[in-house]
Amino acid sequence: MSGSPWFAVRASLPPRARRVTGMMSFVLPLLLWSLVSYVPWIWHPQVAITDPGSVTYLRPGMQLERAAFAAEVARAQQQRRAPPVGYAANPIYLPAPHEVARAFYTAFTDPPQRRSEKWLHESLWESIQVIFWGFVLSSLIGVPLGILAGTFDFVSRLFEPFVEFFRYLPAPAFGALAVAILGIYQAPKIAIIFIGTFFQQVLVVANTTRKLDPTLLEAAQTLGARNPALLLRVVIPGIVTDLFRDMRVLLGWAWTYLIVAELIGTSSGITWFITQQARYKNFDNVYAAIMMIGIIGLATDLLLAWLGRRIFPWQKTAARG
Amino acid sequence: MNGEVRNCRGEAPALELPSYRDQSPAVRERLARLRRRPVLLEVEGLGKTFATAQGPVTALRDINFKTRRREFVCVIGPSGCGKSTLIRILAGLESHDSGRVLLDGKAVAGPGPDRGMVFQGYTLFPWLTVKKNVMFGLEMAGRGRLAAEEEAMQWIDLVGLNKFARCYPHQLSGGMKQRVAIARALANQPRILLMDEPFGALDAQTRARMQAYLMEIWANIDITIVFITHDLDEAVFLADRILVLKAHPGEVSELIEVPVAQPRRPEQLLAPEFLATRRHIEKLIHPPAAEPGLNEDQLNMVRMVSVKDEVGSVF
Ligand SMILES: Nc1ncnc2c1ncn2[C@@H]1O[C@H](COP(=O)(O)OP(=O)(O)OP(=O)(O)O)[C@@H](O)[C@H]1O
Ligand SMILES: [Mg+2]
Repeated sequence: MSGSPWFAVRASLPPRARRVTGMMSFVLPLLLWSLVSYVPWIWHPQVAITDPGSVTYLRPGMQLERAAFAAEVARAQQQRRAPPVGYAANPIYLPAPHEVARAFYTAFTDPPQRRSEKWLHESLWESIQVIFWGFVLSSLIGVPLGILAGTFDFVSRLFEPFVEFFRYLPAPAFGALAVAILGIYQAPKIAIIFIGTFFQQVLVVANTTRKLDPTLLEAAQTLGARNPALLLRVVIPGIVTDLFRDMRVLLGWAWTYLIVAELIGTSSGITWFITQQARYKNFDNVYAAIMMIGIIGLATDLLLAWLGRRIFPWQKTAARG
Repeated sequence: MNGEVRNCRGEAPALELPSYRDQSPAVRERLARLRRRPVLLEVEGLGKTFATAQGPVTALRDINFKTRRREFVCVIGPSGCGKSTLIRILAGLESHDSGRVLLDGKAVAGPGPDRGMVFQGYTLFPWLTVKKNVMFGLEMAGRGRLAAEEEAMQWIDLVGLNKFARCYPHQLSGGMKQRVAIARALANQPRILLMDEPFGALDAQTRARMQAYLMEIWANIDITIVFITHDLDEAVFLADRILVLKAHPGEVSELIEVPVAQPRRPEQLLAPEFLATRRHIEKLIHPPAAEPGLNEDQLNMVRMVSVKDEVGSVF
């Protein structure tokens, strides 16, 4: 019984500690954010003006650097005029948690301020569709190709060098090309997600397939399994759990390519929403949208993980609560 | 008791042992009958050289032996002498450079269901239940689902695992896994069962129990077994004949007829003919070191405990 259970190498924490620690991973950043936002002497590099006093260029609600504000106050006092009044504030690009929470809520209740704007959930729905189709199309070709490449040296030699080469070409570079070929609406965006995902996917799936224990294939062969059965009854079920995990990781990557995809052709989706809100300096909306993406990503991942445990009952991890 | 005997390796030098060639009349008669059985497996001039980065490695050279129907052959030899290579060639999982392997007079080409194999690492399909694992080969042979299921259950019954038919491999102990692997290999009704150190990863008790199971299965069904082991007791206890290999390159050192009467019982581990055979094989595998200076088993030990220490000596 030496050492604390908190830093035991490669041993899982007791259940209660595990739950608490998991919660802390969200609570700690939130706490840090709250501290920076609500405790006036932590950071707060600017001053928000409540009363401009005698300084002509200041307006109520304006923010300026603390040093500049102090200089103005000193000058006004020197000249025996009314000094400006204000309170310590953070820059507007860091809204407080409650402001973001409010924006998060009003995004679903209050209509957008400008006619050209879309609701947050409309933008989000556009994005989800782009991701979904890009990822599904990529998987439809990439997964079978990856499995074949991981199983048959011939397929591997035939495709992998090219895929390896193409992988290094940045997907965004194909933006203009995709628009020229596929028009300006959803299609080129889906194409970018596809290009961003597909080539990685082939290589990742091929590698996962190669990691299958070769003695399982040998055992199957001594039991009379030949080519199609070997692939369908041994290789695929043998890698399907790892494949599922790969897909979860790749789906995360697809979201990163979304940023680029949505800026080509007619701008749309959540990225466009974020860009526009930032332009109008509605940073609370920006944070709300970013958080929305995070929540959707995490929720999808948790859902897939849960689904994985349900459909792969032989996984050892399934036994864990 | 089995485990105890195993541990007192060669501790009977004072005892006057007979020669391992001395056979009791019953044993001699049985082995003569065995020699009259039809040949099942024939290995002629088998050779295998691996091309490695350090140059070619001759794993096997000019291996010759015959196995007759329902015979139990053990292959034993020092580590790296090519036992696994040999059995993999027999299974068709590895190619060979020279010689030939005949099963029922036909040359072996590639793996097939007529040669079942049990590996040291169990190699059960983790995504299939015990029952589905055993059904695998039957389904590959084109048996219908229901027929395969029924047949599989019989084999699972045979290895005493009915209660675990619906479990996944990771829920089983090592011994149970290996019983499933044996059932899975036997379900195909192969001509020969090839086993590469199948009990090597099991503890002494489980291993003894598995040996007894295997002997019982072998006695009751039409199967010829080639069994690799590095455990002398296991080899002598199980085998009709023992193929002793020597290393670098792997060659047949001797083919020994085991003078221990069948059926085997654990008490025989102490019988003089058992010990004589065992000691003979031990000499073959670990010849007395030629030059004491070159003995690589010797450690360069110096005393690392102070003489004045509270526990100055372990004796
Ligand atoms: N695929 C391979 N490539 C190159 N060399 C190999 C290969 N497989 C085996 N060898 C070499 O062939 C020799 C025999 O190996 P093998 O595994 O058959 O020995 P073994 O008798 O089964 O040993 P052990 O008792 O340790 O299992 C060894 O020298 C090994 O290094
Ligand atoms: Mg071996």
